[in-house]
Amino acid sequence: MPGPAISIRGLTVVRGKRPVLSGLDLDIPPGRITGLLGPSGCGKSTLMRSIVGVQKVRDGEVMVLGQRAGSPALRIRVAYLTQSPSVYLDLTVRENLRYFSTMLRVDHAAVSRVIRLVGLDEHGQSLGGELSGGQKARLSLATALLGRPELLVLDEPTVGQDPVLREELWATFHSLAGAGATLLVSSHVMEEADRCDRLILMREGVVIAHDTPAELRARTGANNLEDAFLTLVRARETA
Amino acid sequence: MSPRVTMATARRVVIQLRHDPRTIALLMGVPVLLLTLIKWTFDGQPQTFQRIGVPLLGIFPMTSMFLVTSVAMLRERTSGTLERLMTLPMAKLDLLAGYAIAFAAVALAQAALVSGLAFGVLGLDVVGSPWAIMGLAVLNAVAGSTMGLFVSAFAKSEFQAVQFMPVFLLPQIFLCGLFAPRAGMLRGLELISNFLPMTYAYDALHRVGTTSDITAQLWFDVAVLLGVTILAIAAGAATLPRRTD
Repeated sequence: MPGPAISIRGLTVVRGKRPVLSGLDLDIPPGRITGLLGPSGCGKSTLMRSIVGVQKVRDGEVMVLGQRAGSPALRIRVAYLTQSPSVYLDLTVRENLRYFSTMLRVDHAAVSRVIRLVGLDEHGQSLGGELSGGQKARLSLATALLGRPELLVLDEPTVGQDPVLREELWATFHSLAGAGATLLVSSHVMEEADRCDRLILMREGVVIAHDTPAELRARTGANNLEDAFLTLVRARETA
Repeated sequence: MSPRVTMATARRVVIQLRHDPRTIALLMGVPVLLLTLIKWTFDGQPQTFQRIGVPLLGIFPMTSMFLVTSVAMLRERTSGTLERLMTLPMAKLDLLAGYAIAFAAVALAQAALVSGLAFGVLGLDVVGSPWAIMGLAVLNAVAGSTMGLFVSAFAKSEFQAVQFMPVFLLPQIFLCGLFAPRAGMLRGLELISNFLPMTYAYDALHRVGTTSDITAQLWFDVAVLLGVTILAIAAGAATLPRRTD
């Protein structure tokens, strides 16, 4: 058994006076797609930001691919998709990707490849500011897919996308995992949960379950994950 | 730091500007318009135009590049692209130097246009070399843009960022010697003016305007402006934390 791709011990993040995460422990296996699910505001994005090393952390240890989160050596091995699209609105789709490709040391062919992957083939020359919200999100995702990352941390990568494209994106995620990459994908849509190899359910800064979708269903006796989630939340509240 | 990433950043900033022709037109057109306006304002006192015209060739680029860079950097912070860059293999200095190089290139075009107008059409005379004036204009632009990069850290919105121009630069314009000789100022102000970058910008341009000798004092002014630029870049890097709340 290889060690975990991400190993978190006692992670505590405080924003203002409010603790967002308090003493969180988590191990995420390599070469799998792990879904991070929970209502908005539950700490998903904060956890992801801590893993890529851009979150100010009060306490705890986050190890990523055997190194401390945010280490310079990790920057080429870890790809991160922010929740709201982070692209240059006054650059075209292709210019955006070319700029990021210089940092990731990949060629123009890689730029064309990711433009196709996110279905922006016809918008290569469009300015970021001319794109719709969903297209901007796709451009942002394309940037995260640009290099050859060993770990992809994707904050809500498929929100608001067309079902056909969503299907294709999940196929891309699975082929990346098949090739050995680790993916951590957040969503607040339960229907996406079944596409993941493992699930982490979060609520109010706490991990309430971490299992495969099948085991979660078996354990809660629920048919779908929405019900499983509710069962787990109620079980904790009565406990 | 990597020259490849620095130059890619400079190119990216220039391409962004190219997609915004109105900003380019303003950057090039406003100094031309203002200098012409000043020429006509002092129609009856051509010696005043001679005295303030040359320093203005450096003060304009410092001011305009300060404004543009502080807003550009603020956008980088608020749009999430800065956070993305911080997760990528890029040194903070790549970003800051990239901006400085891009705006130096824009300043070169601006200086060529404005100097051409001043010397060719408006009849501004310099005793020293016009090339030295061009060089100083670019140096001032770079100093201005790096100061803009730094102060943008203290702005939360574009409204605030544009206000930093009157807060940060206007007093420097008052105190640099352009309006009145520094020796005649309230003693306290004169002392303060010794610590303001614009004072050295004014001083250097004034020297080239009035003498063809390349003096040690001129080199001192240039050294101070270079020092300010390096200091502003270092301070800018310190205000770019990789981890935020």
